[in-house]
Amino acid sequence: MSAPTTQRATAEISVNGRAHEFHGPPHTNALDFLRGQGLTGSKEGCAEGECGACAILVARPDTEDSTRWTSVNSCLLPAAALDGQEVVTAEGLAADEHIHPVQEEMAVRGGSQCGYCTPGFISSMAAEYYRPERAGDAVDPGEHCGPNGFDIHSLSGNLCRCTGYRPIRDAAYALGQPEPGDVLAQRRDRPAPASATTDIHRADTATGQMGRYRRPATLAEAGEILAAEPEVVPVAGTTDWGVEVNIKGARAKSLLALDRLPELRGITRTDEHIELGAASTLSELERELGGSIPLLGKLFPQFASRLIRNAATIGGNLGTGSPIGDTPPALLALEAELVLTSARGSRTVELADYFTGYRQTVREAGELISAIRIPLPLAPLTSFQKIAKRRFDDISSVAIGYAVDVVDGTVAKARIGLGGVAATPLRARATEAMLEGRPWTLETVHAAAETLAAEGTPMDDHRASAKYRTAMLRSSLERFFAEQLGAMNQEATR
Amino acid sequence: MSQLSQRPVDPIVGESHHHESAFGHVTGKALYTDDLVGRLTGVLHAFPVQSTQAHAKLEAIDVDPAYAVPGVVRVITAADIPGVNDQGVKHDEPMLPVDEIMFFGQPIAWVLGEDLEAAKAGAAAVVVATEELPSLVTVPEAIAANSFHGVQPVIDKGQVDDAFADAAHVFEGEFEFAGQEHFYLETQASLAHVDENDQIFIQCSTQHPTETQDIVSHVLGVPAHEVTVQCLRMGGGFGGKEMQPHGYAALAALGAKLTGRPVRLRLNRTLDITMTGKRHGFHSTWKIGFTEEGKILALDATLTADGGWSLDLSEPVLTRAMCHIDNAYWVPNIRVHGRIAKCNKTSQTAFRGFGGPQGMLVMEDILGRVAPKLGLSARELRRRNFYSAGQDTPYYQPVRHPERMGAAWDQVLTDAEVAAREAEIAEFNAGSPDVKRALALTPVKFGISFNLTAFNQGGALVLVYKDGSVLITHGGTEMGQGLHMKMLQVAATTLGVPLSTVRLAPTRTDKVPNTSATAASSGSDLNGGAVKDACEQILGRLRQVAAGLLGAPAHEVSVNRGIVSALSSKKTVTWEELINTAYFQRIQLSASGFYRTEGLHWDLSTMTGEPFKYFAYGVAASEVEVSRFDGSYSLRRVDIVHDVGDSLSPLIDLGQIEGGFVQGAGWLTLEDLRWDDSDRPSRGRLATQAASTYKIPSFSEAPEVFNVSLLDKAHEEGAVYGSKAVGEPPLMLAFSVREALREAVAAFGPGGAGVELASPATPEQVFWAIESVRAASPATADHREGERVPS
Repeated sequence: MSAPTTQRATAEISVNGRAHEFHGPPHTNALDFLRGQGLTGSKEGCAEGECGACAILVARPDTEDSTRWTSVNSCLLPAAALDGQEVVTAEGLAADEHIHPVQEEMAVRGGSQCGYCTPGFISSMAAEYYRPERAGDAVDPGEHCGPNGFDIHSLSGNLCRCTGYRPIRDAAYALGQPEPGDVLAQRRDRPAPASATTDIHRADTATGQMGRYRRPATLAEAGEILAAEPEVVPVAGTTDWGVEVNIKGARAKSLLALDRLPELRGITRTDEHIELGAASTLSELERELGGSIPLLGKLFPQFASRLIRNAATIGGNLGTGSPIGDTPPALLALEAELVLTSARGSRTVELADYFTGYRQTVREAGELISAIRIPLPLAPLTSFQKIAKRRFDDISSVAIGYAVDVVDGTVAKARIGLGGVAATPLRARATEAMLEGRPWTLETVHAAAETLAAEGTPMDDHRASAKYRTAMLRSSLERFFAEQLGAMNQEATR
Repeated sequence: MSQLSQRPVDPIVGESHHHESAFGHVTGKALYTDDLVGRLTGVLHAFPVQSTQAHAKLEAIDVDPAYAVPGVVRVITAADIPGVNDQGVKHDEPMLPVDEIMFFGQPIAWVLGEDLEAAKAGAAAVVVATEELPSLVTVPEAIAANSFHGVQPVIDKGQVDDAFADAAHVFEGEFEFAGQEHFYLETQASLAHVDENDQIFIQCSTQHPTETQDIVSHVLGVPAHEVTVQCLRMGGGFGGKEMQPHGYAALAALGAKLTGRPVRLRLNRTLDITMTGKRHGFHSTWKIGFTEEGKILALDATLTADGGWSLDLSEPVLTRAMCHIDNAYWVPNIRVHGRIAKCNKTSQTAFRGFGGPQGMLVMEDILGRVAPKLGLSARELRRRNFYSAGQDTPYYQPVRHPERMGAAWDQVLTDAEVAAREAEIAEFNAGSPDVKRALALTPVKFGISFNLTAFNQGGALVLVYKDGSVLITHGGTEMGQGLHMKMLQVAATTLGVPLSTVRLAPTRTDKVPNTSATAASSGSDLNGGAVKDACEQILGRLRQVAAGLLGAPAHEVSVNRGIVSALSSKKTVTWEELINTAYFQRIQLSASGFYRTEGLHWDLSTMTGEPFKYFAYGVAASEVEVSRFDGSYSLRRVDIVHDVGDSLSPLIDLGQIEGGFVQGAGWLTLEDLRWDDSDRPSRGRLATQAASTYKIPSFSEAPEVFNVSLLDKAHEEGAVYGSKAVGEPPLMLAFSVREALREAVAAFGPGGAGVELASPATPEQVFWAIESVRAASPATADHREGERVPS
């Protein structure tokens, strides 16, 4: 049983160990709230989750009994979403005049020049510093880990215009493990703050309009609200909604936060499928799946940045209906199904049938994406190709997911998901049909290249020309084939 | 060694220290302009009404609907300006438009609100009536329409036409390349209030507080002594806060004057990108002649800078571009025409390198393109054309120390193990049809000083308090480049006190007047000279006092790390004792220092003279890996040897070199300004106006291996304590990345043909270059034939 939701005018937020009250209008983001409290260390650099200057640490559940210090972009997070939560900022890391090891290394190694991005970097670095698995990764560092297990990709959502990053990397790799008595390290061993049941009502000072932010305790409660109040905007990680608010001036009369609903979180495995709770963040899935769905394992590191993945949910990436979301091409290749839930009950829809037009889907008013099901068994050959200007933390021009099964040298099954080449993500059905039953050879790949190039109706925009997008489709199969060949050769030489 | 350049025994300059505010940065305690808002009460927030047309006649502005929005306090239009409606120095840049709108995004009016929400709602309510006019958006459009502004200088040296007749090889080409958004992490910010007795006080993120003061003063119609500008620090500047802050500071000041309340004007990222000037993109046409041996005989080039709607700093930017087209190479016969396109875009402005990179890019592009046609490696072609002793530049300035370029080049060849790695790369490429690697070296020669001689002056104020503690202020601003730390080191070295004895107070126009912009890499040269001068004045007076205390002649007195001694005396006294004694002897313990760079002269009408005190040199070697499937690439390793003279502060110089390099690589490979040049209603709109669409380098673009060395034996006679400026030159070391990409692209083809590469060389552009190389190669031309690069 959950506590009844009572309407209030303020949220209570612990920042750096001190209680703060939030009274502002509900569209106020956590960054503006913190700065308004005199904590001006966190900065606004872009207001859309790209630069990380606003990064802060939030105490999030790891296991039921433990806490993970999680870095997020405070510019995208409604302040009201922090009701009952614990936040630490760069100011708080240097508590009692003791400089934090992350701060010390950054300062003495020339990790700051103008210093404006620095508090955000400090927050991202501190989250990685306290990552429980880091000690293990120090024993067997992965490709992007320093000798201390520090995953440098944890900083991919922080931009610095001054240093060229080398001293920041050196600072990160110089960090040891937390000392005994480190308060934030110890905090990890206790449960994270429970999800508050929030209902905040405030007038906007400028427009006089009322705004409401609600966090229901159960899925049933959320379903009832959605059924009764069609104007409610459901939100989860708010990494998309936050941009709408900050950049496009979107203002909702009423927001409904879904991201902590227990029914929408976690992973369930059956013999037929793996079910991903829609409100699981991408970081949680990345960690908990641990490579058990290899195609998603290839996708996650290329999905935005650690800061975004720590907040963004997999359901949210589908809920926006965007044609350039990164998960749909992979999920289409995996033949994923969506579970849509409303007060009336649940239904299952194939992802391939979900998108109907530009940012339009079959999801009806009052319905939520509650889960994503990946059918088993998984195809053995997979790839995720993301074409973008910048290697990491960019929006794709084209994204392509492959899941292919080859039996005795013949393509038994091919599933190809495409993003960025039409008003919706789509399956490359003509190419799939052409591949199936043919020998898995370079000749087949060449023969199918033009078919794949003709799927979709790409456009010219500031990310890429239509011609380039088409060319990327054309070269994609050959690239996939070369990757598989490379992987096979690597296997053979072991 | 000159007196200016000579270091005392055991100097504090030359020690490695972290940034003066490093601990403030990492703890979030260092304050920036917009962090100060909460310290004032009753602050109003400003938001603009922006143009949605590239060019239009402004017919009417109806502000009444804005006043109907709750929380709106004041709307400001051109009619409210009591002084001169001009935010530039060329009198062509109205702060608010009167009758003509010049670019998409131009602020037409500003709304002041109780909070930002109110100001935004008010701005949305203002009704602007316009009549659309024909617009010019691209440089080729402006050239075709003969739309230029400002000077059209010409460099003409030697016998260009005769030389072409004698040349064994002549090539011609055209090259248009993009500009760059500064993307300082801290956007433009000003906070103004009316202080005691009508004094206007403006906190501003500005590289040029004096000019901000000047513009505020003429916009308000008050003398300069009524206006004080302070800059605590900037969250990055890169040239984008040399001219651009003035209008916003003036608007905030005007708002404060009109309402009696503090006014905060901070541009959000989209406002900043759509309203402020950028690095100039350029269009160039060129013709170059070589001897049989591949020596440059003659160059004839026309450079057209994309000036945008007003002149801003376009004239000096163009001048510097023209003065750097030679880069590191001796061009005996040369003619360069320069002009500035006037078009309906933001007014392009200073950006690290200030035209130098653009001029040099033209030359490096030419050499990269034509080397295969001369049958030479690009590396050999470059090396063969280096300046040598006794040669002079296209503007007749002798090139001093050209041997340092050769020394840096050789050191890079050795340190980067270039020969061995080139063999490895050849082997790798032979077995790798889809992914190719390449390595390229490029040199930098960059002139230091403002081209305009008058700007080469600096000022400082040094105060010694009775307890011996020292407070310095100088005319330079801190934007992350570490200038303040260098100035602390110069003061501590000159006075002979420990670094901890000296503290620095923020840059303010009522401390040091009439300063030059912190720009042109000159911050430490000019202000360091001034700090040193002030400290020497004080020290000169103190020597007399110390002589008495030590019983030794004054000229023997030396102060080192706080201990005062003399050769012929066994006694020592502490700095604190000396200061205390001096105070009671009524000795003045403060001084204002001044410095001007000697020996400079420049004639703009003939484009001749010696505008630069010295040249800074450097060489970089970059190795890239390129995939033919999508044109994507990675920067595998970078090795740099760079000349900073005798470094004032090695850790800080290292940071400038690395950071400048990566910023340059961003300009050349990634950062993509896309203006709408269609005939849609959005014509003239910048499509890449946010961090999500305008991508600057992130961790993934930083070199995987990054080795930087400072050139040895690099003492510079003409600058403070033998050092050299470091802010801008390293940016241009990034040409090596672009040239490595070109060579990696070439590796997909048969070789021998020149590779043309767009700038920025985004993955898409690299992909098309590979496609065109592969199409030319009979072995790989397959079903992709007929595919063409979109123009």
